[in-house]
Amino acid sequence: MTTDVPTREVPPPPPSRGTVLRILPPGLYAGRASALLERAFVANRRAWLALLSGFFEPLFYLLSLGVGFGALVGQVVGPGGEPIDYAAFIAPGLLAASAMNGAVYDATFNIFFKLRHAKLYDAVLATPLGPLDVAIAEISWALLRGGAYATGFLAVMFGMGLLTSPWALLALPAALLVSLAFAAVGMACTTFIRSTQDFDFVQLAILPMFLFSTTFYPIDVYPGGLRVLIECLPLYHGVELMRALSTGAVHWGLLGHVAYFLVMAAVGLWVATRRLGTLLLR
Amino acid sequence: MATAGSLIHARGLVKRFGSFEAVRGVDVDIAPGESFGFLGPNGAGKSSTMRMVSCLSPRSGGELRVLGMDPDTDGPRIRARLGVVPQQDNLDVELTVRENLQVYGRYFGLSRAAVRERAGELMEFAQLTDRADAKVEPLSGGMKRRLTIARALVNDPEVLLLDEPTTGLDPQARHVLWDRLFRLKQQGVTLIVTTHYMDEAEQLCDRLVVMDGGRIAAEGSPSELIRRYSTREVLELRFPFGRVADHTEVAARLAERVEVLPDRLLLYTDNGDAALAAAHEAGLRPVSGLVRRSTLEDVFLRLTGRSLVD
Ligand SMILES: Nc1ncnc2c1ncn2[C@@H]1O[C@H](COP(=O)(O)OP(=O)(O)OP(=O)(O)O)[C@@H](O)[C@H]1O
Ligand SMILES: [Mg+2]
Repeated sequence: MTTDVPTREVPPPPPSRGTVLRILPPGLYAGRASALLERAFVANRRAWLALLSGFFEPLFYLLSLGVGFGALVGQVVGPGGEPIDYAAFIAPGLLAASAMNGAVYDATFNIFFKLRHAKLYDAVLATPLGPLDVAIAEISWALLRGGAYATGFLAVMFGMGLLTSPWALLALPAALLVSLAFAAVGMACTTFIRSTQDFDFVQLAILPMFLFSTTFYPIDVYPGGLRVLIECLPLYHGVELMRALSTGAVHWGLLGHVAYFLVMAAVGLWVATRRLGTLLLR
Repeated sequence: MATAGSLIHARGLVKRFGSFEAVRGVDVDIAPGESFGFLGPNGAGKSSTMRMVSCLSPRSGGELRVLGMDPDTDGPRIRARLGVVPQQDNLDVELTVRENLQVYGRYFGLSRAAVRERAGELMEFAQLTDRADAKVEPLSGGMKRRLTIARALVNDPEVLLLDEPTTGLDPQARHVLWDRLFRLKQQGVTLIVTTHYMDEAEQLCDRLVVMDGGRIAAEGSPSELIRRYSTREVLELRFPFGRVADHTEVAARLAERVEVLPDRLLLYTDNGDAALAAAHEAGLRPVSGLVRRSTLEDVFLRLTGRSLVD
């Protein structure tokens, strides 16, 4: 240590809390989540290739099942009752799954590492940032990752002529919403994970949900009781929403799916914030 | 101590973990520009107290004001003006040395240009300029510690809280760091330090409290504490291990007070040489006899009946 550290520019105090935020318990939020989101960009600057890999998984499913297997199946009945190619039927399901995968992967493995091993948030909470800033920033990053996968996949769908309606433009914001909800709930779950072995349970939840949430066939294959169960799964709502948008079979009922994800995101964010507070501010 | 102008004001401060009380009613007032120390053995409650002051841990009871504000409601505004060096380094392992400083500055709301410049200065300060673009993981323990301290300075804090700043540093690195901290103090930064090294406490602190078992056992400047709780000199008489107790009775007649350690007797007296002569006269034949000045270690032994560094 050799030179004096001259004093200078005093950093601005955190902005005073806006009207909406006054209802939050004090000390949770400094309105500076963007600084931690910026950190995610810096930290991942050298890891773009690893991030990219997650994009290919749904693409491979589309090629093998949609195109390959689809040649055997031929046409199926679409959500509006009209016949569509099998590839066009499953592609929106895979789009929802890719939005989910990117978000969940980031919100579980990566956040667990930062929370329990790297002690990143312990350091961050010693600055003005509070647990809500941390939750917002990390959920945003996971959402961006899921959103990026979904955007790439949408581009592929467009290139393959699988988007048959102008409503498909709304598939992108819808994919971001799906990512947001999964990121928030994923992060909330991660705060309860104690060891890496618990990630097996995450896999155990994600894989069957991917296979059974009407991704590959319509809901009416299920008998009554099972059908209700499937309709409770979050990915089911993502698949239905995407399928309706990409084929143009739009109806008011879709707002129910949107509401499902908004509630999921809000609950996830709230639980994640509360848990970060209890875990780190002991 | 005046309460009005104090930066840190605590009364009956308590921290509980479940039913266990780690901090049991601490009263302190720390004035601007002061360097203040918490001296105590493992588990005394030093870190728990520091975390409450850093607004990283809600208090379980008592009164606490930091920079005139309440940590429970003004955490972000208080932390904006503090620099915190935790006991365990928690650098960002996904970033380089330079990025660690820049990104941390951004958490405080500094502009990109400001953090770029600040990172350069702080890397000079921490002698890490040549490692600017290296990842943090392969740095040595001392380098990581210096970077953690440099990082805590990124927002030009008014109060710097250092939890065992030099644990794990080699002697030379400790002295260099003490020198850096002394300069910060001269620039008006308030320093709050925890340590279980008495030499560090004597070097760094204008005033300190001795903590034990979650309570404050004594308070004062290092020299005051020594005057109040010890004698001017100490005579250390070494005996073969296990034979020390045989001589306690004789020794007790030669000094104001005697402490019995496993391998030696400590005789507290204002004239060590005279006591040594008297010991020989009384027929004591120690392996060695040494006269030295009293230190905070002796104060601690007196107050708690235990050694500081065990
Ligand atoms: N999160 C926690 N949960 C439960 N007990 C805790 C927690 N943190 C600290 N303690 C307990 O509180 C007591 C005081 O701990 P603290 O870390 O404040 O001591 P310290 O003076 O900093 O000790 P050291 O010199 O070892 O760092 C210890 O008995 C410790 O076990
Ligand atoms: Mg400690």
